Amino acid sequence: MLEVSNLQASAGQREILKGIDLKVNPGEVHAIMGPNGSGKSTLAGVLAGRDGLEVTGGSATFKEQDLLELEPEERAREGVFLAFQYPVEIPGVNNAYLLKAALNEVRKHRGEPELDAMDFMTLIRERMQLLEMDDTLLNRPVNEGFSGGEKKRNEIFQLAVLEPSLAILDETDSGLDIDALKIVANGVNAMRSPERSMVVVTHYQRLLHYIVPDFVHVLSGGRIVKSGGKELALELEEKGYGWIESAPAVV
Amino acid sequence: MSQVVTAAPDYAGQFAAWSSAVPLPAPLADMRRDAFQSFEQLGFPTTRLEEWRFTNVAPITKIPFVAPEGASSLSRESLDRLQLPQLGGAELVFVNGRLAPDLSSTTGLPDGVRVAGLAEMLAGQAGAVAGRVGQLAGAAGQAFTALNTAFLGDGAVVEVDDGVVVETPIHLLFVTSPDTAPVLSQPRVVVSAGANSQVCLVESHAGTGEGAYLSNAVSEMWVADHAVVDHYVVAREADAGYHVGQLVATLGRASNFSSHAITLGGAIVRNEARVILGGEGGECTLNGLYLGTGRQLVDNQTTIDHATPHCDSHELYKGILDGQSRAVFNGKIIVRLDAQKTDAKQSNKALLLSEGAQVTTKPQLEIFADDVKCTHGATVGQLDDEALFYLRSRALSEEQARQLLVHAFAADLLGHIKVGAIREQLDALLLERLPVGS
Repeated sequence: MLEVSNLQASAGQREILKGIDLKVNPGEVHAIMGPNGSGKSTLAGVLAGRDGLEVTGGSATFKEQDLLELEPEERAREGVFLAFQYPVEIPGVNNAYLLKAALNEVRKHRGEPELDAMDFMTLIRERMQLLEMDDTLLNRPVNEGFSGGEKKRNEIFQLAVLEPSLAILDETDSGLDIDALKIVANGVNAMRSPERSMVVVTHYQRLLHYIVPDFVHVLSGGRIVKSGGKELALELEEKGYGWIESAPAVV
Repeated sequence: MSQVVTAAPDYAGQFAAWSSAVPLPAPLADMRRDAFQSFEQLGFPTTRLEEWRFTNVAPITKIPFVAPEGASSLSRESLDRLQLPQLGGAELVFVNGRLAPDLSSTTGLPDGVRVAGLAEMLAGQAGAVAGRVGQLAGAAGQAFTALNTAFLGDGAVVEVDDGVVVETPIHLLFVTSPDTAPVLSQPRVVVSAGANSQVCLVESHAGTGEGAYLSNAVSEMWVADHAVVDHYVVAREADAGYHVGQLVATLGRASNFSSHAITLGGAIVRNEARVILGGEGGECTLNGLYLGTGRQLVDNQTTIDHATPHCDSHELYKGILDGQSRAVFNGKIIVRLDAQKTDAKQSNKALLLSEGAQVTTKPQLEIFADDVKCTHGATVGQLDDEALFYLRSRALSEEQARQLLVHAFAADLLGHIKVGAIREQLDALLLERLPVGS
């Protein structure tokens, strides 16, 4: 599904990723953990095609294609989805309108017919229930005036509608209370399938109680310094990051 | 149609010919003569004048525009090709400033409403109209208004009697169609809405062809006590067209007046609006949406004169500028000594899509009363990169994402348009013309 090899990237003059290797097979859930400034969000951004991040070395292939060559929208149409750490408020753009436009772009790319209004609404309502979302959020401008929890739920709701093959969750747990966290995790778990892979970026182990990963990687100073199974997350929770940091963190 | 192509503009010669070819009742003929004298004294404005500091009309002064004395023709097909809003109600079509009766229709109007050509009204029962023309938009100090008055001949008259509600919008459509010479089209619009009446008016200004022309329009509106008037000016001039429009409205007690200036095209478009809140409890809304591409210049000048207490005014202007286009917004609010409890809000927001686009905003508050609320604000911004990335990460192409964001910027202004048919058709026009930058 995704194969990242010796990936290096910088933002401006700052070198942030210093050689990342990561292989994600279909159906696997990988957690990327690490202290602040270790490069977690940069890795998520590079994979989704964020502007302002420059890849200085290495490669990333997704479904046998050079991912780094694709525009952000091409990655999205191929099945990459980034749940934003800070979902963007877009005044004047209706939430349902964006979803429909996005879904139809993805379907068009897959060679499927566009959904008519009726089928679209059926799908939307079903997926909204999954995230226990209020109907009124559909007709409001994207993320505008949403609470922090509503924004994160909206991200996972979009994931559930677009059904990507690789979902990257960038600190989806940050700012969530335990109830909202459970709802978001339930939504994510409902979307787990043998064909869909996930990369869950998080600072805290808490989320991983609810979204149980197959693999855990610890990112520090722009490198993956340790990889293991789900028990590694528990170890980190107990001991903190200090014992594991072999390279100084990039600040 | 007699047109003379001259090397330099000869307005004196044209005025002499116009005066004899287009007769008017005596007081108006005098007014026309005085106006021409004012125009000659003033000359076209230069950037030395404060109100014209950022709007250089030198290109207009150099072109030998000719005001056609007779009627010009336009086929129904050419008119349809302009794809102007279709509102389904009464519609007067003017070609080069002259009413085209065969293209116009006033059927379906309720009793107590008169919608007719100015020339026709003046030739018949001149009474009320003759006493109104030029009373609000005087020639003093404003060269373009003086020029319009000097060539007074035709235009639109809308009279709504007390208590009459006109349900369907009335459409006044001004098409300028330059033939062999650059055309000067100068319609005059005179509107009076009686006490407790209600009417919605749409003025569309459009041009055909690639030749230069000047559409210099003046509108005068009387809004009586408790009347509700909803007014739209849609400027969709051709690329080589110049448009100067002046609107002056006077509002009675507890009346409600709104005017929306939608500027979608033209080489230079200047919209002036002056509203006098002349009765207690009046409410005035001036909104504007302007698009600029290429080297276009769009200038909105507003003056709201709070002359009486307890009046509200709201102004929201939004501009989307691309290429090397420029925009000017100058919003003056006067609060007279007696106008206590005034509530005036003004805002101009511009979205610049290119490095070469520019906007100049100048709020001007002159407050003489002491118990008032006046606020003004201006913002200038670019498209949000993070929002663009967000939309692209949701599979939308860069162009789709830009279009969605630019349209969203304009959307709240369109939301203020009360009449659904106008809102939808303007939205469609807007989507077609929206610059998205790159």
